[in-house]
Amino acid sequence: MSWPLYEVFVRGKRGLNHVHVGSLHAPDDEMALRNARDLYTRRNEGVSIWVVRASAITASSPDEKDPFFAPAGDKVYRHPTFYSIPEDVPHL
Amino acid sequence: MSFDNAYDAITEDSGDDRQWAFGTGFDDPLSGVDRAVPGEVSTSDLSVYCLMLADDALILSQRLTEWCSRAPELEEDVALANIALDLLGQARLLLARAGEVEGAGRDEDALAYLRDEHEFRNVRLVEIDCGPGPGGDFATTIARLLVFSTWRLAVLGQLAHSGDPVLAAVAAKGVKELAYHRDHAAQWTLRLAGGTDFSRERMVAGLATVWPLHDELFTPHPVELALPAVAVDPSTVRPEVDEVLDTVLAEADLSRPRVSPLAMVGGRAGRDGVHTEALGYLLAPMQHLARALPGARW
Repeated sequence: MSWPLYEVFVRGKRGLNHVHVGSLHAPDDEMALRNARDLYTRRNEGVSIWVVRASAITASSPDEKDPFFAPAGDKVYRHPTFYSIPEDVPHL
Repeated sequence: MSFDNAYDAITEDSGDDRQWAFGTGFDDPLSGVDRAVPGEVSTSDLSVYCLMLADDALILSQRLTEWCSRAPELEEDVALANIALDLLGQARLLLARAGEVEGAGRDEDALAYLRDEHEFRNVRLVEIDCGPGPGGDFATTIARLLVFSTWRLAVLGQLAHSGDPVLAAVAAKGVKELAYHRDHAAQWTLRLAGGTDFSRERMVAGLATVWPLHDELFTPHPVELALPAVAVDPSTVRPEVDEVLDTVLAEADLSRPRVSPLAMVGGRAGRDGVHTEALGYLLAPMQHLARALPGARW
């Protein structure tokens, strides 16, 4: 058997975003959604599920790690660290 | 608020948060439900009726667990086990209710493990071997699940308005579970029927195996008819069940198998404790431990 691989994203009740929780195999998109329900939301974790074929994801390569990400490492001026945060603003 | 992964989000402790398994987020389906038997209802009839509903779920649950570690794919293994656990949960609530109403001191374990074959009240559809044993295969299991879950969903849909508040609460919980079971079976029916020649052949054969037990589902038992405000007369759900099954079969380009119903024995069948030989073989491993070591705990 060679069912395609799917990546699963779940949005929990308190999480604002769908986040990656794992992967699974399924014969097609609809069954992938159902398998995700059975595998990743058995313990009341989620209120919404996305599945996507792993083959549809374009990922950055570990070989490109330095040219991709290292240049951001010394650009301190890109971070909003020069503000003072008022004490009465939560969740910032 | 954001999290690096979903499990940070869902395990975050926040007081009244009700969504994680470890001690929070459970809904007790019987919370606040009045357990008194409604007036004018025969306790012996009500107890037997609870056993009928419980045994259907218990026996099919046991059958489905036979797929554990044997399903075609890991994902399907978990799906079938989930369905089995849903049914086991329904069975436990119903057995407990049966024992409580009976008033003879039998709890859910005594009813599950210490009754003999002829005391089980399940329909025969749930007891036959539809695979992974020699009696069937995955397609046969799906065929049975399709017929069973369509029927039980219709019954529980009516039972949610039962005059017995406990049965009504159990049914309300079960409706959501059965809706998923039916969807799962229907999805697989479409895929097996529309897959390869081989998978279609299996699906056709699977339906032919279970269809002789389809009629029995709609045959009312005297106990069901003796509890008009509490029980569902199964003959009344037939139009709804037939419509759903015909829709799925049409979508899958299948037709109803032309097979004769499995005969009753002197007008009696599963609801009367008259079973096929399959039930004994199912009960032996299910009950062995509890009988060999009475009161065992682990």
